[in-house]
Amino acid sequence: MFKILEKTFRAGTVTKDYPDGAAVSPAYRGQPRFDFANWRDPRSTASVCPTGAIEVSDSGQLRTVTVDYGHCIFCGECAGAASGGAVTVTPRFELAATRRSDLRVTAEYTLDSSGAQGALLRGPAEIGAKLKREIHRVLGRSLAIREVDAGSCNGCELEIVALNNSLYDIERFGIQFVASPRHADMLLVTGPVTRNMELALRKTYAATPDPKLVVAVGTCGIGGGIFGVNYATCGGVDQVVPVDVYIPGCPPRPEALLYGILLAVGRLGA
Amino acid sequence: MEALLRELEQASGGAARVMESRAAEIYAKAPLAAIPEIAQALLGVPGARIVAVFAEDRVEPEGVFYNYYVFERTGVEPYLIVRAAIPAADPRFPSLSASLPALNWQEREIQDWFGLEAEGHPNPRRVALHDNWPDVHPLRKDFDLRAKLDAFEGERHTYRPTLGEGVFQIPVGPVHAGIIEPGHFNFAVAGEPILYLQLRMFYTHKGTEKLFESFPVSKCVFLAESVSGDSAFSHATAFSQAVERASGIEVPLRAEVMRTVLLELERIYNHIADIGAMAMDVGFVIANAHAGRIREMVLEVNEELTGSRLLRGMACIGGVRRDWSPAQIAALPAKLSRVEAEFRSMRELIRYSDSTRDRLESTGFLSPEKAAALGIVGVGGRASGVDLDVRRDHPYAAYRRFSLRIPSFSEGDVLRRMCVRTDEVYASIALICAAAGSIPAGPHRAAEVAVPPGRYALAAVEGWRGEILYWVRTGPNQTIERCKIKDPSLNNWPALVEAVQGNIIADFPVINKSFNLSYSGTDR
Ligand code: SF4
Repeated sequence: MFKILEKTFRAGTVTKDYPDGAAVSPAYRGQPRFDFANWRDPRSTASVCPTGAIEVSDSGQLRTVTVDYGHCIFCGECAGAASGGAVTVTPRFELAATRRSDLRVTAEYTLDSSGAQGALLRGPAEIGAKLKREIHRVLGRSLAIREVDAGSCNGCELEIVALNNSLYDIERFGIQFVASPRHADMLLVTGPVTRNMELALRKTYAATPDPKLVVAVGTCGIGGGIFGVNYATCGGVDQVVPVDVYIPGCPPRPEALLYGILLAVGRLGA
Repeated sequence: MEALLRELEQASGGAARVMESRAAEIYAKAPLAAIPEIAQALLGVPGARIVAVFAEDRVEPEGVFYNYYVFERTGVEPYLIVRAAIPAADPRFPSLSASLPALNWQEREIQDWFGLEAEGHPNPRRVALHDNWPDVHPLRKDFDLRAKLDAFEGERHTYRPTLGEGVFQIPVGPVHAGIIEPGHFNFAVAGEPILYLQLRMFYTHKGTEKLFESFPVSKCVFLAESVSGDSAFSHATAFSQAVERASGIEVPLRAEVMRTVLLELERIYNHIADIGAMAMDVGFVIANAHAGRIREMVLEVNEELTGSRLLRGMACIGGVRRDWSPAQIAALPAKLSRVEAEFRSMRELIRYSDSTRDRLESTGFLSPEKAAALGIVGVGGRASGVDLDVRRDHPYAAYRRFSLRIPSFSEGDVLRRMCVRTDEVYASIALICAAAGSIPAGPHRAAEVAVPPGRYALAAVEGWRGEILYWVRTGPNQTIERCKIKDPSLNNWPALVEAVQGNIIADFPVINKSFNLSYSGTDR
């Protein structure tokens, strides 16, 4: 008994301060940032992206470049491929959004007759930066979450489990993981939704009392990720049940999950 | 190895012939009808083992399907791979499962994926495709990856009936109470003790092997990272090694040592978490709290070295994707010795807790005989006397350069599975420190990575769970024609079924955790 207490005291307090501070390590590979005005070669950058998160389409005098953070697996390949530092990897992780379209940014360029890219016509707005205030307003509420793995690779589960460890300690927000959907306010769903989990997800959703929230976790949960839509997958949670918040990441780190969950709670009853 | 080949030729009456002999693999071909005899002869020797069986659709170019039977023998480095052609017009092959239960699921997978009948299989029901799937065979080349199958209806699976007075059935899953992957467990219990357990897996099947055939090779590495997220680096490295061997790509020594460090980091973070979780499952919550914290120390190291807590985006064909600075390397031993000190004192807490030990010892017993017969690998095998480890038996990366301590026990209970993990944590830390002290200068990835078409190779990695196997055949224009994946979980589910029998249902969580198998790795 004494040994147990001694070890506990020696370990001290390890819980991180997020969301009040405690920046993540600068080594963390988070959101790739695009300097649209100086991006000369979006097409060659797009060709290295393993998930097709960067899309370039040309029509007439216009080039449209779309980056979809919902498809991004944060591999950083684009930063290595783009010339002149037009793409940089940042440790940013607060990317969750309430609308799928909020995860996409679009820029338009002129094209000259030879097909060379000209001036930037329109750049995108920042994403994901708006919600700090909201989060603080909702702290103190209690929330019961049922986690549903709808066919993930288990990477997302590792990070969700980490929310319960003493560094992230999600219970300090009054948030608990519960064993039954009947006790849940929120379903936290991972995976591209396999055909074999489609029915189970529908039934779990039906068993969760109203009002309820659904959070799609990770690139697979948002849009099928690297698995996309195929004979065995549905291509994301919102193909099967309505989704309130999308949390990008492959997998999202615990702080990113926390951000997304708190974002979702801010909408409850609103 | 020469002896083995002579045996092979004798066993088949001269019908089997060696096709190709490489450092790490020997390929032979044999008539389909001779396979049972060949298998019997090859496995009749002590230390011999059948590693896997898998199929390939070569109907378009060659008019046949191939079955590949992979064998290994203690002390012999190359794998022996016997290939048998199955005519497209007569899609059947003789089942070996009745005498080799280790192949039970694998042969049924071949039935489901390729529509080849395993003749004489003791339990020929579907395993990979659930019963409500239409009659499709997704790994046939004429099946479209994007095929839109109709909504599934009807009964999923009929379980063996549970009969007898006072015998009850407890169905669990696919959505479980904890934060774990989906699968269905059907327990038959008489009072507290479990009579038997039936499993239904493949809920997380994502068409992964088929997807490999649709991506450029470079993108396939990311797919391999997503086969089992807790083994992202091991899977992606096993895949990369298979492509490297097939294509004759030389991996720089620096990269081989870096890979070794990363593979061991993956082992440590998972083992620490599992030891904590096992303690928690028998009520020792504080040990798990410490384990969670110590695991985070390792994840921090991961992040510092790779930009990812789970080692993603680091594996690539021809080496590793990112280099390390001298300062990063120099900092490793001190960080790991802090992990070791913390881990040691956490482990002591468990060791001195009599009530915890009482719950772990003799629980979930798997006998060495059963483990060997079922083909159990990895942690579960080494706790039951099956002393296999790819790092020693078929060395890859830089494992040849370092001494390895491989723990092995014969008691086969939950406690010994915890002990295997514990000893491996210490051994891995020692290995990482030794490796960090000897990372040679030079490039961290091959300058050029060209993948010629029509080459094939097998590669294995000892992931933290056990043997991860990849076999690839390359296609035209930097593509993959076929990618076979075998996660150790696939072998080891039957071990769980065996180990829970006679235990009380309250001990199921800790027995399950002591194996901690990957559903996604199984289901792909
Ligand atoms: S970081 Fe995201 S956008 Fe960039 S290449 Fe990787 S997946 Fe594509």
